[in-house]
Amino acid sequence: MVGLVVVSHSRKAAEGIAEVATEMGGDTRIEPVGGDGQGGIGTVPDDIVDALDAAEEGDGVVVLVDLGSAVMNADVAIEMSDADAVVADAPVLEGAVNAAVAATSPKATLDSVREQAEAARDVDKL
Amino acid sequence: MSDEGRAVVAAVKAVAERLEAERSHLTELDSAIGDADHGGNMARGWSAAAEEVAELDDPDPATVVKTTGKTLMSEVGGASGPLYGGSLVFASAELEDGVTAESAVAFAETYLEKVQDRGDATVGDKTMVDALVPAVHTFKKSVETDDLSPVEALAKAVAAAERGVDFTVPIRASKGRASYLGWRSVGHQDPGATSTLYIMEELLSVAQEELEVAEEPTVDAASPTVPDGEEATED
Repeated sequence: MVGLVVVSHSRKAAEGIAEVATEMGGDTRIEPVGGDGQGGIGTVPDDIVDALDAAEEGDGVVVLVDLGSAVMNADVAIEMSDADAVVADAPVLEGAVNAAVAATSPKATLDSVREQAEAARDVDKL
Repeated sequence: MSDEGRAVVAAVKAVAERLEAERSHLTELDSAIGDADHGGNMARGWSAAAEEVAELDDPDPATVVKTTGKTLMSEVGGASGPLYGGSLVFASAELEDGVTAESAVAFAETYLEKVQDRGDATVGDKTMVDALVPAVHTFKKSVETDDLSPVEALAKAVAAAERGVDFTVPIRASKGRASYLGWRSVGHQDPGATSTLYIMEELLSVAQEELEVAEEPTVDAASPTVPDGEEATED
């Protein structure tokens, strides 16, 4: 299965988003990660590497991110990790829900899950 | 080799001390247009890096720079981790055969390239790139075209970075956390450009000290003339 990692500046936000996505994600592995490693707001690559490794089950990992430095630190972590991972250019919560659903398909691939996550950019709420 | 390594360790220590001294100023700048963590992040990251490199046993310059970058990457919980730290790790490879005028130019160019690649910012976005681009271009031109010594070239580059920092004040941020403020970011100096300038100023001051101490020029095929008495060029 394709795994997911949710990166937020807030560990609590990442956990909450993963919780919402898990409702729709069946057996999909969703790893939340966030915070500056010292109890504050931020992101650090080492923690993201651990999350990538935990989420990699053989078919790759789609990474959902919140703000600028989360994108950069996710990129750094992907370079450091052995996981086959890509960052989805998507809103973090809606993208995670979409990706979780897409990952439950028997035909799911890394690309198809990322595409579904990115499709969340175009969803109107009103 | 070990002399060069020692000089780079001294530079990391000088940067750490300077950033600690500027902690509240950088935080103040970052409070105006960002998330108010730049002073703390930079001071904490560089102080950890200074401790790490002080532990190294007779290191070469590339190892010192790489260790500094890695420490920043794991200690700084913001964009400065990947930008400063990641770029230092990446560019450190250019110093593997030691520090010469030529390798210093290659290091500066590679560092800039990685910062721009990682942060996706160009000149005018109100980021550290506004200080870095003129600094790196000036350094390269001073060494390659104007035949200045590396230290003279670095002095020119610092002056260029300073103008770059001034340039960030009137422009609107389109990258980083400051971009969320839109027009309200106008009139504020960019914290990342500012810390970049501080780092360069410390590199210059250590380079000047080191070369004044070293009576004899380091073996350096790329720059045949090493001035014995530094005269910092003031504009």
